[in-house]
Amino acid sequence: MRNLETSTEKAPKPKKEKEPVVEWLLAAGHRACSGCGEALGAKLVMDAAGPNTYVATATGCLEVFSTPYPESAWRMPWIHSLFENSAAVASGIEASLIAQGRDKDVNIIAQGGDGGTADIGIGCLSGMLERGHNILYVCYDNEAYMNTGVQRSGLTPFDARTSTSPSGKLSWGNKTNKKDLPAIAAAHHIPYVATATVGYPNDLMAKVKKALSIRGPKYIQVHVPCPLGWIHPSDMTIEVAKLAVLTGLIPIYEMENGVVTKVRKIGKNRRPAEEYLKVQGRFRHLFAKGADAEEELEKIRQIAEANIKRFGLV
Amino acid sequence: MARPIGTYSKPGSSKANKTGSWRTEKPVFLHDKCTDCRICVIVCPDGIIFGADKIYDPDYDYCKGCGICAKECPVDDIKMVPEVR
Amino acid sequence: MRKFIEGSMAVAEAVKLCRPHVISAYPITPQTHIVEHLSQMVADGEVNAQFINVESEFGAASVVLGASAAGGRAFSATTSQGLLLMGEVIFNIAGLRLPVVITVANRSISAPINIWNDHSDAMAIRDAGWIMLFAEDNQEAHDMHLQAYKIGETPEISLPVMINMDGFILTHAFEGVDVISQEEADSFLPPFKPAVHLDVKNPVTMGVLAEPQWYMEARCRMQEALYESRPVIKQAARDFKGKFGRWYGDVIDTYRIDGAETVFVAMGSLIGTLKDAVDDLRGKGEKVGLLKIRCFRPFPGQEIAEALKNTRRVAIMEKAFSLGASGILGDEIKAALYATPYRPEISTFFIGLGGRDIPKSSIVNVYNQVKAKQQNNVFVDLKTELVK
Repeated sequence: MRNLETSTEKAPKPKKEKEPVVEWLLAAGHRACSGCGEALGAKLVMDAAGPNTYVATATGCLEVFSTPYPESAWRMPWIHSLFENSAAVASGIEASLIAQGRDKDVNIIAQGGDGGTADIGIGCLSGMLERGHNILYVCYDNEAYMNTGVQRSGLTPFDARTSTSPSGKLSWGNKTNKKDLPAIAAAHHIPYVATATVGYPNDLMAKVKKALSIRGPKYIQVHVPCPLGWIHPSDMTIEVAKLAVLTGLIPIYEMENGVVTKVRKIGKNRRPAEEYLKVQGRFRHLFAKGADAEEELEKIRQIAEANIKRFGLV
Repeated sequence: MARPIGTYSKPGSSKANKTGSWRTEKPVFLHDKCTDCRICVIVCPDGIIFGADKIYDPDYDYCKGCGICAKECPVDDIKMVPEVR
Repeated sequence: MRKFIEGSMAVAEAVKLCRPHVISAYPITPQTHIVEHLSQMVADGEVNAQFINVESEFGAASVVLGASAAGGRAFSATTSQGLLLMGEVIFNIAGLRLPVVITVANRSISAPINIWNDHSDAMAIRDAGWIMLFAEDNQEAHDMHLQAYKIGETPEISLPVMINMDGFILTHAFEGVDVISQEEADSFLPPFKPAVHLDVKNPVTMGVLAEPQWYMEARCRMQEALYESRPVIKQAARDFKGKFGRWYGDVIDTYRIDGAETVFVAMGSLIGTLKDAVDDLRGKGEKVGLLKIRCFRPFPGQEIAEALKNTRRVAIMEKAFSLGASGILGDEIKAALYATPYRPEISTFFIGLGGRDIPKSSIVNVYNQVKAKQQNNVFVDLKTELVK
C-alpha cells in the first residue's frame, strides 16, 4: 500500500465512496496552502511511520495549519509545545515511555521546519542527537520562516529573496549559504542521516522506514517547496523539488555512521542551475531586465558544482 | 474533569473543515488513459484522492485545486478547469 | 527515619519517594546538589527513573514537559537564570495542564551576577500559571514534594507545582530531617493517572492552536483551576498531618498572631528567623505575631485578609520587588485587603536581596520603624552611603 509510485498491483476496492485510497495519518481538512510541500512531506512521513508513532512538532506552518482548536489533522498521538523544543519534548516522551515500559514497538518522531530546526531549535536538536535517544528527527526544509511571512533562516539558499533578505540596489538577496545541517547532525556520530525531497516521494518514505528500523537518533532533512514563499504556481511543487535535485543544488544522500553510503545520482539528467532558479519568484531579481547577475549566477552554479563533486552526483 | 478548553483535540477531527471552498480551479479526472499508477494519490498534499481500478477522483469537499495531480499525471488523464459555482 | 542531611538531599530523598519516571536538569548553583544526589540514586538503582542530562535548562523543562505529556511523573530543579531560561517552557507546561513538579533553589537574578538567595527568580515568573509553594525549612521542603504531586495530579487541577526553597540557606544547610519511608509515601501519594496523555492506543492532539474564539476560555479555565486548587492544597496539608503528624500551615500559617498589634508577613526560610524575633519581642511584652505565606500562587488573598483583620500594623518583608513599581507581596496583600473592611497600616520592606544576611537585629529595627510610623518599600540594611 505504501509503495505507490511504482506499484502495479491493483488498489483494493474502497469500502465506500469518497474514502481516500489511503487513509492518511495526516487527515484532510488541514489549512495548509494549496500545493503545500510541507503538508505533502508530513503526509508521506507519517504514513511511512505508521500509527504506532508519537510525534512532537515545533511551532510553525505545520503546527498551525494542522491543529486549530478544536480540530486536528493528526491521527496519532501528537504534541506541540514550542518553536525550539520539539527534539527535547520528544526526548522526554521517549524517556517517559521507557520508564513506564511502553516503549516497545513504537516510533518517536520529532519534527519542525528549517527555522525551528537549524536556527532556534539547534540546541535541543544537538542535545537529542548527542544523548542517543531512539528518535527520528524530521526537518521540513522550505528554506525560510514561512509561518511568519517568509523571513530568511539558516537554511535559506544563497541569493534567495525573502522578506528579511530582500534584493535591492545593494543586495542580491540572502548573503549566506545554506547551513550544512545534515553534516552537523552527522558530526554527532549518529547512525543515520539522510536528505530527501517531496520531489521523490518513494525515496522519502523508504528513508523514513529505514531510519525507524535503526535504533538511536536519526536525522532526515526533507526539501519541501513552498509555493507562497518561493513564488511558484501551486501545481509546480513536485517539479520544483525535482529541479532542485537535478541541478545539484539539493543533493540527496544517506549517511550511515558518518559515512555517505548512498547518493541519488543525477547523471545525464543534470540541468543547469538557471532552470531551477527561473521558475521561482524568489530568484526572479537575478533575471530581471537590466540586472547584471552573471557573477551571482556563477556563484550559484559553483554551489551546484561543489555539491556534485562532493557527493559524486554525476 | 471539566474539560480544559484549548489543550487537546481529537485525532483526525480536521475533516470537519471542508477546504474545497478555497478552490479556483478544479481537477477533472478523465478516466480515459489511467494506468493505475496512483501517483495522484501519493502527491496530493491533502490526501483526498478516492476510487479504485483506474477510476479515481478527488474529494471535492477538500480539494484545494492546487493542480499537482494534473501536473504529475504521467498520461495527462487529469485536466484542470475553472471552478464554477 | 531521622537523618542529619543536607537540604538538597532532603529534596532528593523526597523525589525518590515520589517514584518519578523522568528527571531532567541542568547544573546551576545552588540547585545542583539536588540533581547530583538524584543522579547518584539513579546510578545506584535506588530510583527507577530515566535521568536525562540536557544542554540547558530550557531543554530540561522541555524534557519534563514531554515526559509528563506521555503520562509519566516528571521532576526537574533549577534556580535563578536557569528558571528564566526555562521561562517560555514554564508558561507552556502550565498551559498544557501538565502536573510537573520543579524545585527552585531560590536565587537572585543577574546583573550584577550573584549566586545567593532571594526570591527574584520565582517572582519573575509568578504569572505563568503554576501552583507556587514556599518551604520554611528542610523538613517542610522534604514533605512538600509528596504534597506537590498529590495536588498537581488531582484531575480537576492538572497543574504544575513549583516548590521554592531558599538557595544555600536551605539547600546547603545540614539539619535533622525525618525522611519518610517508601511504604508511607506510597500510601499518601498514589501513582499518576493523567487525565489526558499521549498514547498510541488512544491518540490525542496536545498543544493546539487556540484562535481568538477559544484562547480566552482556555486561560479562564486555568484561572479557575488555580482557584480550585486552594481547597486541594489545604486538604493535602491536612491529609499529610493526619498521616505524618507534621503541619506547616495550608496556604498560609500564623504564629503568635492572637492579640498581635503588629504582624510580620514573609515567605520561605525568613519565617524561621522571624519566629525567633517574634519570641524575643513577645518576651519583652511587644504585641507581635507572624503570618507565613506558604502558597503564593494561587494567591490566598481571603485567607491573608482574614488573618490580618484584627491587626493594627503589618510589616511585609519581601526578598524581591518589581523594579519600577513596588513590593510584589505588598501590593497583592493591599489589594486583598481592599476587598474587605480591614485597614491595617501596611509597611513594606525589601530584605536579604542577593543573599544579604538577615540578623535578628535587623528585624527588631524593622519592628521599631513600623511602630514609629508607616514605611514604604524600605531597603533593609541598605548601605545608604553607597547609593547617594
